[in-house]
Amino acid sequence: MSVLVNKDSKIICQGLTGNQGSFHTEQCLAYGTQVVAGVTPGRGGEEHLGLPVYNTMRDAVAATGADVSMIYVPAPFAADAILEAADSGVKLVVCITEGIPVNDMIRVKSALRDFDCRLIGPNCPGIITPGECKIGIMPGMIHQPGRIGVVSRSGTLTYEAVYQTTQNGLGQSTCIGIGGDPVRGMNFIDCLELFEADPATDGMIMVGEIGGTDEEAAAEFIQSSVSKPVVAYIAGVTAPPGKRMGHAGAIVAGGKGTADAKFAALEAAGVATVRSPAELGSKMLEIM
Amino acid sequence: MNLHEYQSKALFAEYGIPVPKGIAAETPEAAAEAAQSLGGDLWVVKAQVHAGGRGKAGGVKLARSLDEVKEHAAAMLGIQLVTHQSGPEGLPVNIVYVEQGSDIDRELYLSMLVDREVSRVSFIASAAGGMDIEKVAEETPEKIFTVAIAPDAGLQDYQARQLAFGLGLSKTQMRQFGGIVKQLYTLYQECDASLVEVNPLITTKAGDVIALDAKINIEANALYRQPKLVEMRDESQEDEKERAAAEHDLNYVSLDGDIACMVNGAGLAMATMDLIKLHGGDPANFLDVGGGATSERVAAAFKLILSNDTVKAILVNIFGGIVRCDLIAEGIITAVKEVGVTVPVVVRLEGTNVDKGRALLADSGLDIIAADDLTDAAKKAVAAAA
Repeated sequence: MSVLVNKDSKIICQGLTGNQGSFHTEQCLAYGTQVVAGVTPGRGGEEHLGLPVYNTMRDAVAATGADVSMIYVPAPFAADAILEAADSGVKLVVCITEGIPVNDMIRVKSALRDFDCRLIGPNCPGIITPGECKIGIMPGMIHQPGRIGVVSRSGTLTYEAVYQTTQNGLGQSTCIGIGGDPVRGMNFIDCLELFEADPATDGMIMVGEIGGTDEEAAAEFIQSSVSKPVVAYIAGVTAPPGKRMGHAGAIVAGGKGTADAKFAALEAAGVATVRSPAELGSKMLEIM
Repeated sequence: MNLHEYQSKALFAEYGIPVPKGIAAETPEAAAEAAQSLGGDLWVVKAQVHAGGRGKAGGVKLARSLDEVKEHAAAMLGIQLVTHQSGPEGLPVNIVYVEQGSDIDRELYLSMLVDREVSRVSFIASAAGGMDIEKVAEETPEKIFTVAIAPDAGLQDYQARQLAFGLGLSKTQMRQFGGIVKQLYTLYQECDASLVEVNPLITTKAGDVIALDAKINIEANALYRQPKLVEMRDESQEDEKERAAAEHDLNYVSLDGDIACMVNGAGLAMATMDLIKLHGGDPANFLDVGGGATSERVAAAFKLILSNDTVKAILVNIFGGIVRCDLIAEGIITAVKEVGVTVPVVVRLEGTNVDKGRALLADSGLDIIAADDLTDAAKKAVAAAA
């Protein structure tokens, strides 16, 4: 078992014929993911990486019965691509693209309420169920099928958590990178809820960072609704206020969103926190 | 991207939002001429820098004669103005804004920004204008009024009324205020703003509502579709290193410590800073070399962190997913040779092609300290800088 994606998931890549789309789709295919088609407007009828290319998501879904979209479309066109995917009937959209204007994402997020469709990202590494399905840009070989659900706002920090739980034998059920933008699709709570309900997940690792109050909200949710053990780490204790730290959403503004406040909220909710990301795996093992 | 007050006010005027009459000037003489052509007998001379807190720092002065305008302008132009937001070095004053004096009755606060909790743009208003809004929010939260705008429906009249009643405006002022918030919302959307702040928004003794200050930030990700606003960029107000970094698609933030870091991924870059601190050191910077780092980009990153002469050690922390460890290793070798590194370099590599990367470093003949894992890397970097 796993959450959201598994060996049966059928994926369409929007932006398949671009550099990023091509490179990462090849990696996903090599991992064994069922990527079944690509969409590039104006290139319908062509074949790329051995996959059929369609002009529209509707055509691609009608022809393949795919249920997931993976987006590598450049930022100026990505908001449109997300809504095209939602409108085509897929149940999950994974948007890797970085740099989508926040004002576009505000409109997208509002419009998504009309569809039975979840969004992961944008500006994220994607989602992987080890051994079954990799959708995104994470290095597949550090993962191992197992018991831990990982949810994170950061790409490479997710890899740290994954690598450590692979090293100590726990493995991962599913890993979700929810992305570093201030307005995004699925949030910590959405993922924690899925992990709590997933029989294959025995523990969770949550990696947050400065900016916003989503980790505080997650802390409340964990206290009220999560029975499985959770280990959390927050990046950015040393980040100066008012400075954007790489991710669009990683900024302490108006005294809000500090790492200290997030650690405090998580600890008050009884979550096992670590001050060093090097201890995520060992802490998880310890409290399991 | 930040705009200056005079640029923001020009945009306000374009959108029909009332502002005092003013003219930007680059010399004391031009400032006096500006005051003369504005007319009246009271002017305000305001230093144009990308930082708040100008008033307390001496960057906003009243003048009652043309000579006084000239004097104030002369005192401001060419200096580095240090405010509580500008950093210790301050920001250069190349332009002053000369404005007609206003007959202030009340000072209010009005701003727009993204409310992350609801994923919407919100207006924030307070009757306590001219003050630090964060302080007001902390000490007297009941004085702050917020409305979140549904993107499909747009700003509603009732929302403008909620704010106006909260601010205790008169009937005539409410009508003016309603127009102002509508136009601000339009401006925010059309200009792809990420922040619009009017502090203070004033009522005059004659009963009018006017934007006495104006601050607009434009979202960097949307600049590609805002060519007119891109022209307003003032590079003199930006951190030189951060600007150089951006030209190489690097994310860089200067810090006060002496251990430089070079990391791939924003989250891991922050975590690396935290680790250095946790093990008793002080990070000199945040630096994310990004996902598709080429060896040229890594070399550029190296040069950038080495241009800071307080740096005593460098910690390179790469978890290669998209970016391969052997590429990073090549970049490190190229840069160390090119730049002539005189401080210890600690390298921790993990991920795709890690063995190749480590072998390249080991065979390079360069003095590079290899680290086994995160903790080991942080400890070795702290020890190397001590």
